[in-house]
Amino acid sequence: MCTISADGTYSLAMAYMQILAGLFDVVAVEAHSKVSDIVDMSPIYDLALDPIYTRPLGLNANFIAGLEMNRYLYGSGATSQDCKRVVDKNRRNALSNELAIKPANIESKSDGPDSISYPLTRNDVAPLADGAAVVVLAAEGAARSLCDNPVWVEGTGWASDSPTLETRDWDKATYAELASKQAYRQAKIHDPASEIQLAEIDDTYSYKELQHAEALGLAAQSSVHKMLDQGVFDIGGRLPVNPSGGSIGMGHTLEMSGLVRVIELVKQLRGDAGKHQVHDVRTGVALAWRGIPTTSGAVVVLSNR
Amino acid sequence: MERQKILTVAYQPKAKYAWATGIAISRFLKGLKAGEIMGTRCEHCGRIAVPPRIFCEWCFKKSDSWVKLPDTGTVNTFSVSYITADTTRVKTPIIPAVIGIDSTTNAGFLHLIGEVKPDDVRIDMRVKAVWLDQPQRKGSITDIKYFAPLR
Amino acid sequence: MFVKKRVAVVGAGMTKFVRRAQETGKELAFESARQALDSCNMRIQDIESVALGSAPDAFDGVHMKGEYLLDGAGAWRKPYSRNFVGGGTGVFSPIHGWFHVASGLYDTCLVVAEEKMSSCLPHPQTAFLTIFDNMIERPLGPNLIWIFALEMQRYMHRHNIPKEQIAQVAVKNKRNALDHPSAQIAKAVTLQDILDSEVLAWPVQRLDISPVSDGACAVILASEDVARRITDSPVWIDGVGWNLDTAYWTNRDLYFPRYVANAARMAYGMAGISNPRKQIDFAEPYDPFDYKELHHMEGLLLCRKGEAPKLTAEGVTERDGKLPICPSGGLLGVGNPIAAAGLMKVCELFWQLRGEAGKRQVAGDPRTAVAQAWGDLMQIGTVVVMRA
Repeated sequence: MCTISADGTYSLAMAYMQILAGLFDVVAVEAHSKVSDIVDMSPIYDLALDPIYTRPLGLNANFIAGLEMNRYLYGSGATSQDCKRVVDKNRRNALSNELAIKPANIESKSDGPDSISYPLTRNDVAPLADGAAVVVLAAEGAARSLCDNPVWVEGTGWASDSPTLETRDWDKATYAELASKQAYRQAKIHDPASEIQLAEIDDTYSYKELQHAEALGLAAQSSVHKMLDQGVFDIGGRLPVNPSGGSIGMGHTLEMSGLVRVIELVKQLRGDAGKHQVHDVRTGVALAWRGIPTTSGAVVVLSNR
Repeated sequence: MERQKILTVAYQPKAKYAWATGIAISRFLKGLKAGEIMGTRCEHCGRIAVPPRIFCEWCFKKSDSWVKLPDTGTVNTFSVSYITADTTRVKTPIIPAVIGIDSTTNAGFLHLIGEVKPDDVRIDMRVKAVWLDQPQRKGSITDIKYFAPLR
Repeated sequence: MFVKKRVAVVGAGMTKFVRRAQETGKELAFESARQALDSCNMRIQDIESVALGSAPDAFDGVHMKGEYLLDGAGAWRKPYSRNFVGGGTGVFSPIHGWFHVASGLYDTCLVVAEEKMSSCLPHPQTAFLTIFDNMIERPLGPNLIWIFALEMQRYMHRHNIPKEQIAQVAVKNKRNALDHPSAQIAKAVTLQDILDSEVLAWPVQRLDISPVSDGACAVILASEDVARRITDSPVWIDGVGWNLDTAYWTNRDLYFPRYVANAARMAYGMAGISNPRKQIDFAEPYDPFDYKELHHMEGLLLCRKGEAPKLTAEGVTERDGKLPICPSGGLLGVGNPIAAAGLMKVCELFWQLRGEAGKRQVAGDPRTAVAQAWGDLMQIGTVVVMRA
């Protein structure tokens, strides 16, 4: 057993490599969130900031998301209204997902301003939740004997951009783009927008779903919010994004959240997604982001071929 | 390198936790408050574990039959410590030990030994829990003050 | 088991290990990575993936410190991940790198291990309080040294080992480290110095313990074809193993690290080693305390249970003995920046197996060696077997 200090999808990628290397036939991957044990998250996020350059500014760490959201809206032409549409879509989707946090159980510190760090508002932030997730990977031979409907890992990729605020890209999720290139190359996907039927991608903040969709090559930067408005990303649309409800709808389980995206894809690809099932899906992509202040993420491409 | 004056930045992290004690340890702590040491038995392999847990990690099956255990045991190993948690030196030594509780399967927990001179502590010594008085117990491992030689 | 691709170490580098470095953790990581690249004339562009190991965030005082360190570790815009298995991290890191390359997905992997313990005040050891169970152990006010003392006591009792035989390990390693250019506290100490040092938690005395340190190490891994283009003498990672025992450490008999034996068997099996006593030429087991070297020699199946102290007393484990143990000087002599200390042992194997260990070189043209680390809550063994 070993621990990878990252989102659960990284552990999945490590398990994948261990199996490809011939070391093991069956590997279990686990991730969990027990965030309710933490009395106040803000000092924990603060502890992740650069101790010399950033912490002395004394800002709530969400300022990083505020900066990025501002730049993203500026560069893409998307608006706060588009971001609200992401929130509404994902909350609506989550109503059909039995695993999603019940809206009544979302703890909201309802006193205080709606604005967290302009233009980021409380509404744009996925609510925190507890949970645990386990995925079992198996080499092909073992998979076929253990399971009637294995879902295949077609490709994985992960990457990190600059950890410092001063030298990173602010309008694009470059880490996601790099990670997806690795995964698509392994999966032999050349035109993701047409070869992928659904996507479960990180939406820790509302604008991230749009930014991540672009990074995955699902749409051009100026088109993403238009496709959202046209309903392309709805469950009944051409390319459903976060039919599970994402973290915004299901609850945000920190470093388990990427694995939740993977599990939701698996359910969809097996036809087990119940009320939020998307039809005629063969290939799906999952994207995890480790959250502020990081620029790290991982991509997994799955298929039911 | 070590002789040069260097600039430093100081920071005090604030990490506050309110840990859910979970199903097993909640019951264990309630048991301590009542003056009892509780363990769990795995129905599959019969192993009795303390500290209790709701799963047997050997069989990976639920292990939730609760058993009241004696508050006596055997010293599995011990040390004579002249330092506290924050490395402060003390003159009167503290004696931490792993106490294997009677009627378990080689199971013990960490606690302290008292009412004995450090030189007289031995591995395989028989000991018994010395409890706080009932009104003082609050559902903590410290409801047992220490283990003393069984006479 | 059929391993897809053979993996070699082609370069290595390390910083000095010191009590308090002026450099930040990022800078330490850069230093070691830069040295490793320079040692085999590679550029950062040649590195396809990066694997970093570092022990608890509490030391550096940066949450998710793997993210903070990544630019220093050469991972900008590369596939990068950080592994953590407590004290076992230093030897798990090359394993983590190994499966990047053995899987066939990447031809090269830069493995970096960094630790900056000095940032933590009043003393890094206080950060270890969190290793104890938060609910039923911490209220007792334990010190990390207690756990070592409890394990050491059990080991000594079970095999009737006198303290002198254990202290001999500290004498040997601190002396061996005099020949290590990165050593923090190399010194010619006598047995009496160890036995006279302050009793912290009997049977542990101050000089039984390796120091707190800052430092970083790095190695570069490459697949077979690529390795042979980079260097004439690649050192092969022929066996990897790791094994984790239960966190309920009070439910185990601590006299023998069975999880180290399990990890060793996995690594030896891969490497085709059926008789480690005969087939291993020298070893670098993890020695944060002197008794741990003995404990781990037995866990690595290099001798029978209880036999390690006798071999030490007979001089078998000296650098010029039949089975040199910790020719580097180990953690006791070179220093213990936790993850970096483990990787330092892997660097030692690399240099020794290429005949590049200078005054530390063990004689007789060694071909096969094993490095091992250990940690978490007395529960993990991580092992690599390397061959020239």
